[in-house]
Amino acid sequence: MKGSFVRPNPLPGFGPAFGLTLTWVSLIVLIPLAALVVRPWSLGIAGVLASLGSPRVLAALELSFGASLGAAAINVPLGLLVAWVLVRGRFPGRQLADALVDLPFALPTAVAGIALTTLYAPNGWIGRLFAPFGVELAYAVPGIMVALVFAGLPYVVRTVQPVLMDLPADVEEAAATLGARPPQILVRVVLPAILPALLTGFAMAFARAVGEYGSVIFIAGNMPGLTEIAPLLIVIRLEQFDYSGAAVLALAMLALSFTMLAAVNLVQQLLARRGG
Amino acid sequence: MTARPHPVPVLAVLAALAALTFLVLLPLAALFAEVLDQGIGRALAAFNDPESRAAIRLTALVAAISVPVNTIGGLAAAWCIARFHFAGRGMLLTFIELPLSVSPVISGLVWVLLFGAQGWFAPVLERLGVQVIFATPGLVLATLFVTFPFVVRQLVPLMVAQGREEEEAALTLGAGGWRMFWHVTLPNVRWALLQGVLLLNARAMGEFGAVSVVSGRIRGQTLTMPLQIEALYNDFQAPAAFAMAGLLALLALVTLGARAMLEWQTRRAVDAQVTPA
Repeated sequence: MKGSFVRPNPLPGFGPAFGLTLTWVSLIVLIPLAALVVRPWSLGIAGVLASLGSPRVLAALELSFGASLGAAAINVPLGLLVAWVLVRGRFPGRQLADALVDLPFALPTAVAGIALTTLYAPNGWIGRLFAPFGVELAYAVPGIMVALVFAGLPYVVRTVQPVLMDLPADVEEAAATLGARPPQILVRVVLPAILPALLTGFAMAFARAVGEYGSVIFIAGNMPGLTEIAPLLIVIRLEQFDYSGAAVLALAMLALSFTMLAAVNLVQQLLARRGG
Repeated sequence: MTARPHPVPVLAVLAALAALTFLVLLPLAALFAEVLDQGIGRALAAFNDPESRAAIRLTALVAAISVPVNTIGGLAAAWCIARFHFAGRGMLLTFIELPLSVSPVISGLVWVLLFGAQGWFAPVLERLGVQVIFATPGLVLATLFVTFPFVVRQLVPLMVAQGREEEEAALTLGAGGWRMFWHVTLPNVRWALLQGVLLLNARAMGEFGAVSVVSGRIRGQTLTMPLQIEALYNDFQAPAAFAMAGLLALLALVTLGARAMLEWQTRRAVDAQVTPA
């Protein structure tokens, strides 16, 4: 069974394991995704463009990508701060704080959604503080941002944390000995070292935010054109049995996300080349 | 480790803790406060409702199928990727990790495009009299897609770091393939594997977007626990929704606690191998 494309190796079982893997990947991932790539074109190019050009679709895409960029941009300094404090700080409850960071990974999105809504709704513990000033958090764009920042935070913290941990203290000490002040050390020594990790964290938080559905729909209010995210519009189209319309929007979302990720990848390669 | 040159300012620590409090701790506290407000007795009574019981049973069924399928598939894939060099190895890993960067809604949509009323295989399914979408098989398929990469991601980095010397030694000493697998490979990765299975199970039980697309929301039949939470919440049965959400939040907390312990075990196992005592 062993094809000539595999390098000789005394370990057994490549044939059956590879066969099983290929079957598993094809059935569960590749064939379904192929259906998504093919389906939209049943509308024809003109149909695809018309479907994408409708004001409701454009508004949903703008909201999803705009809010996700914003949330990822908030997550970068916030995640860096949390990671830095967790790595360098010495305070009681540090390990508990460290464990809390993973909660958005593990908490089901529907649970996160109703928990955040309860807290930030006009009668919630935090929403109540803003309501007298006419500021709406839940059922408006700020609520969507809160949900997206919640979902993305662990990605930035967990990518930056190990790099910060490996950063040798003596480099910073040397800089300090040579007369550099803390802000200079941060900008000249620490930031260049963790920039690639920050970018990766940004990209992961962004990708998660664009696709986020469960936590957002509880807190968003879901008004078409105002607080309706793109994944929700996909669901609405499916409920109207508009399969091709749903597939067009889904494919557009994937294409936009992958373009973003490819751009981040490119920046990282440029950084690596300059650094090396 | 030497003393750090600049201790973290108190202000930075407070800011970081405030962020974690407002984003993570308070939402969780608000959720449990809602459960406690109605009284434990009433919260538990919510689970006597036949629809809620059906949702719990369905969630257990979906997890009971998805976890073993994706664990066995993940083990096979990790064996190929971590132990062999072959053409297209990187591409295979990319394909396996693809579901991580796809929206949950899209993870459900792809199955509707295949098996829904206007899907590719709709005529075949109709002839066979099988329903996939708006039924349990669709929920299982959507969950399989979403939880696909979890085991591979835990195993591949560890297996690459461990190298294949021990397995080669077992073979040299005359062990057969399966014996080597049960006595060398599996014990070496057991903690990481268990961690992957825990995360896989937590996601399978908590998935919302992907299953919501294929569910059709038929009460008592195609609602898993997270979907039941939404149904109750939209039905102004908030107390019952919070009770169910509290149960899933507890599952998440237990998963995180167990994972922390397993991570500690894994680190100890790797340290023991790198520097034999």
